[in-house]
Amino acid sequence: MSTVLPTPATVKTGEPVLQIRNLVVDYGYGDDPTHVLREVSLTLNKGEVLGLAGESGCGMSTLAYAASRLLPPPGIITGGEVLFTRRDGSVVDILKLSDKELRAARWNDIAIVFQGAMNSLNPVYRVSKQLTDVIATHRPALSRRELDDRAAELLELVGISPDRLRSFPHQLSGGMRQRVMIAMALALEPQVLIMDEPTTALDVVMQRQIVEQITDLRERLGFAVIFITHDVSLLIEVADRIAIMYAGEIVESATASEVYRMPRHPYSDGLLGSFPPLHGPRRELGGIPGSPPDLAKPIDGCPYADRCPFAFDRCRVENPALKQTVFADLEPERLVACHLHDLPLAKVPVQLTRRPA
Amino acid sequence: MSNEAPDPDDNGIALEATGLEKLFPVRGLRGRAVHAVDGVDIRLDRGRVVALVGESGSGKSTIAKLLALLIPRTGGDLRLDGEPISGRGRRAFRAYSRRVQLIFQDPFASLNPVHTVRYTLTRSVRIHRGALRGAALESALELLLDRVQLRPASRYLEKFPHELSGGQRQRVAIARALAANPEVLLADEPVSMLDVSIRLGILNLLKDLRDDLNLAILYITHDIASARYFADRTSVMYAGRIVETGDSESVTQRPAHPYTRLLIDSAPDPDQLTKAARKARGEAPSLVTPPAGCRFNPRCQFATDLCRTENPPLLDVDTGRQAACWGYSDRQDRPVLDDTLVGGRVSS
Repeated sequence: MSTVLPTPATVKTGEPVLQIRNLVVDYGYGDDPTHVLREVSLTLNKGEVLGLAGESGCGMSTLAYAASRLLPPPGIITGGEVLFTRRDGSVVDILKLSDKELRAARWNDIAIVFQGAMNSLNPVYRVSKQLTDVIATHRPALSRRELDDRAAELLELVGISPDRLRSFPHQLSGGMRQRVMIAMALALEPQVLIMDEPTTALDVVMQRQIVEQITDLRERLGFAVIFITHDVSLLIEVADRIAIMYAGEIVESATASEVYRMPRHPYSDGLLGSFPPLHGPRRELGGIPGSPPDLAKPIDGCPYADRCPFAFDRCRVENPALKQTVFADLEPERLVACHLHDLPLAKVPVQLTRRPA
Repeated sequence: MSNEAPDPDDNGIALEATGLEKLFPVRGLRGRAVHAVDGVDIRLDRGRVVALVGESGSGKSTIAKLLALLIPRTGGDLRLDGEPISGRGRRAFRAYSRRVQLIFQDPFASLNPVHTVRYTLTRSVRIHRGALRGAALESALELLLDRVQLRPASRYLEKFPHELSGGQRQRVAIARALAANPEVLLADEPVSMLDVSIRLGILNLLKDLRDDLNLAILYITHDIASARYFADRTSVMYAGRIVETGDSESVTQRPAHPYTRLLIDSAPDPDQLTKAARKARGEAPSLVTPPAGCRFNPRCQFATDLCRTENPPLLDVDTGRQAACWGYSDRQDRPVLDDTLVGGRVSS
């Protein structure tokens, strides 16, 4: 049986639909497993687009898969809880659901559009078959006719003509296949949609169409989205809030425009400086030299210290916790994991102390 | 291109292709072919970077392969330093590839996983420069790794590709290309498989090589923002043809072709979140039966009957800028462009 917890009484801004608390994920069963997620906490509110950004290998996909218990071996969840608020207001810990409950909850409550989703359609079945299968599994009472109608409706929802139902995946373009996957994810009207790099394999024009579609559908259907991507500039457009991940931890969390205009963590600043701008002045950019640390080895201090231009002695011995910025009074809800923000304002590098205009 | 005014800092043409064409026959459809590249002119100058921007399937990589003589062209001429290149014969190919080198997209696939960096680079040095041995070979290898900023060389020479990060691997791949002392470097999406944080490092390295070695670089990409950052000139491709060419800054800031504007408006831009007119629609056409006339006409809001029947040549838009759009011609039945394009106010 699942543990049904009472809804927390202290709901601040927005109603949370998914709360990840102190999630720890290890890879490997031996004596010295690799810690890929280290006490990650994250809250997704209803109807919100939450962006996860970072380099590859920083644990963004692991976080999404662990939260939906889809993590393949050798990944194991060793701690934490993932609280999901159902439509009726009851809260369940996804990590404690039985297999049967989990099967009922998946796709119904939380659906995923996988990385490289356009290649995850089965090439030997028609699109209609794959769409109706999903619905039939979860809604066994529906008739054949109702299933077909729903499939046609879903395709129309993502802007594909319903006469494409008879097509095989290879007869559709990459962008159309991606949209079929999104339609499939929306088939049961989930409350949470996890999108893992949904547009990475697509061209910019198609990416723009898909992103517009997701934004549009979210407004109409009101689901919440966790959007994972490397492309920070895309994320700033689509996301309401952004969490920047580095080496299995969240290092900064704020609204999208705050991250873009006023990054507080040196890594966020470096990540933003890795994208040459399309407009505005042309300037020399450097990206971030070096690569993320090897998580198989123990990390002393801040994992970013080796690449950080502002690192000082304390960074090499003590790992900073996620806490308020140097402007704690002005922006109490912004969180950053960096020792620089404990220093007096005059000593914090100017790149990290841009003020609201 | 001959009517173009010579650049003051022009160092001479390294590689020039005119009317480049590649048709891939389609099996089962007799006489039909994929028009992958259709009448493309491209010119690479020494010490300059030319970017080729376009969607996947627009023929960018086919051009790289044609220029590297990896696949035979079905039409057009290729000139290296003014000499025509036939591309026939093993000896001629070897001599050509010594001067024109290619870097591939995926450094995970382009380096042999069972060989060390030393072996990979030694092979390339020996093939292109003869049998170097001992101290001469050692110093050649060190110089190569130094050029790509892998220092000290001794730390990397004995490593296998799996021991290196993606950025380091791509640097080794660049060092391998430099071993031939090439004049032209063809870079086919050299950074798109790499992590965002290290892409600029590789582009900055290529920029330094352009200046230090006076290399002519062709930079193939789908990211028009990086073309603006890195390239001196930018050519935009659509469905096997070049639709716009000019210096990178004006192409990205004041696009002349409707397709270029579509590309730029579609790119994510956090500074212009509220920008309207973002109704990007449609997809690239089939290259087996491309649309008559301008290949962009089914998606173009300005298209007229002229666009649907006749293919526009590259027309002068501004000094050193050309666009393949009838809107810039002086024909009576030309389409009327709006002021979001540079052609809204046609300059002479």
